[in-house]
Amino acid sequence: MYDTSDIRKGLKIMLDGSPYTVVEFQFVKPGKGAAFTRTKMKNLLTGAVLERNLRSGERLEPADVETKTMQYLYGDADSFIFMDTTTYDQVHIPKSTVGDQSAFMPENINVEILFFNGRAVDVSLPNFIEQKVVEADPGFRGDTATGATKPVKISTGASINVPLFISIGDVIKIDTRSGQYLERVGRA
Amino acid sequence: MAASPAALEARGRIRRAVRAWFEREGFLEVETPSRVRSPGQEVHLDAVPAGDGHWLVTSPEYHLKRLMAAGFPRVVEIARCWRANESGPHHAGEFTMVEWYRANAPLETLAADCEALIAVAIRAAGRDPAALGLAAPFARTTVRDLFARHAGIDLTGGEDPTTLAQAARAAGVAIGSAAAWDDIFYQVFLDRIEPALATAGPTFVFDWPAPLAALARPKPDDPLWVERFELYAGGLELANAFGELTDPVEQRRRFESEAAVRAARGKDVYPIDERLLAALHHLPPTAGIALGFDRLVMLALGVSDIGEVLAFRDA
Repeated sequence: MYDTSDIRKGLKIMLDGSPYTVVEFQFVKPGKGAAFTRTKMKNLLTGAVLERNLRSGERLEPADVETKTMQYLYGDADSFIFMDTTTYDQVHIPKSTVGDQSAFMPENINVEILFFNGRAVDVSLPNFIEQKVVEADPGFRGDTATGATKPVKISTGASINVPLFISIGDVIKIDTRSGQYLERVGRA
Repeated sequence: MAASPAALEARGRIRRAVRAWFEREGFLEVETPSRVRSPGQEVHLDAVPAGDGHWLVTSPEYHLKRLMAAGFPRVVEIARCWRANESGPHHAGEFTMVEWYRANAPLETLAADCEALIAVAIRAAGRDPAALGLAAPFARTTVRDLFARHAGIDLTGGEDPTTLAQAARAAGVAIGSAAAWDDIFYQVFLDRIEPALATAGPTFVFDWPAPLAALARPKPDDPLWVERFELYAGGLELANAFGELTDPVEQRRRFESEAAVRAARGKDVYPIDERLLAALHHLPPTAGIALGFDRLVMLALGVSDIGEVLAFRDA
């Protein structure tokens, strides 16, 4: 068990049945009362931020959470298979846990996986990936009046809107959070 | 973080202005010992050991009361105080307290003193109290009213801890493992009352419940509440005032009960100050107050971290 003197940024604790990570904390002490630690925490499952005044000496249950860097290998019917880059252990993670961002998860990419009580609960991709365009319509004229973009496909199968000058074989930088094209970084 | 040159200059001007104000009001400025055998007995204050059975004072209150009992009608001390394990945006382990006492004066006189001193401090900092939303008169309310308004709890001061815990839980306050009356009270206070006070204008909070009496006397018409106020302004807890308890029997009972709680919680237990208890026999009806000088400077300068008003944040 922890107590309030253990509180520091990044400490992982259980609160109301969910794992939280401490984001900010501050010593507070009302006039004639006990000391408290005003603690801002982020729910590791939902991302919701919560503030609690934890009384000095209050016991805090450590959260059994761990972040591992893993490499994405391949997908099967209902899961994605990742490999621990240090132990070479493989894990199957339901596609629903990865969610829509799998469109920007090319094979062999390293991701951060959050395990809670030994179970994968969240997969974080790098914010940016660089991918080769594998399909583009060379004759696509686009609608020059409204932004001059065209859809292309990258190796993951995702469709991205890019400027008209992009062609097959170009390597482009994509923001995985928004799915947006950022820039052309070269030719493969 | 330490004070800027401009903040230190303002602090010096505020200190001179505060001193001049007390002189105009007919106060005697005194100096009392910093190294004592009996520091504050309060359960939640821990003193810094100073060798040979001595401690650094957590507040000059005991000695100042002995001076009042000796017949001085108005005394003030700008005292350096030390408290163990206190460090945060509003707390420094070594800090400066302005503490003053008035014989034969009601608590309301001290509230008026605070309004005057805050205006003095803000003007000394070259600012305008009205422009900062700190013009007198300040709002006046009670603990009971705040609990009803912001937590929906009807505080009686006479409820047992279990009843208070139930009321707090029913109000949706997470009290954790708090079982003592004051711990439950302060959980509600921090979660619900302090955020409301932080955004309100300057406010005197009068009439504290008997379990938090400390050195205050019970209200003559309602002994479940005591004559005490706290002043909140600009998100800071600025001052605490008591209608001083002058009954040595009751004071001894409280000291012994606090010492027992300290012992039960494995804290240092300080000797009861017998000279203070003896002096209480001669203490006239007195109102006394402690105001955090560093926080007064913070308020006048509009800064949120105590480090911004201290020449040296870390000793």
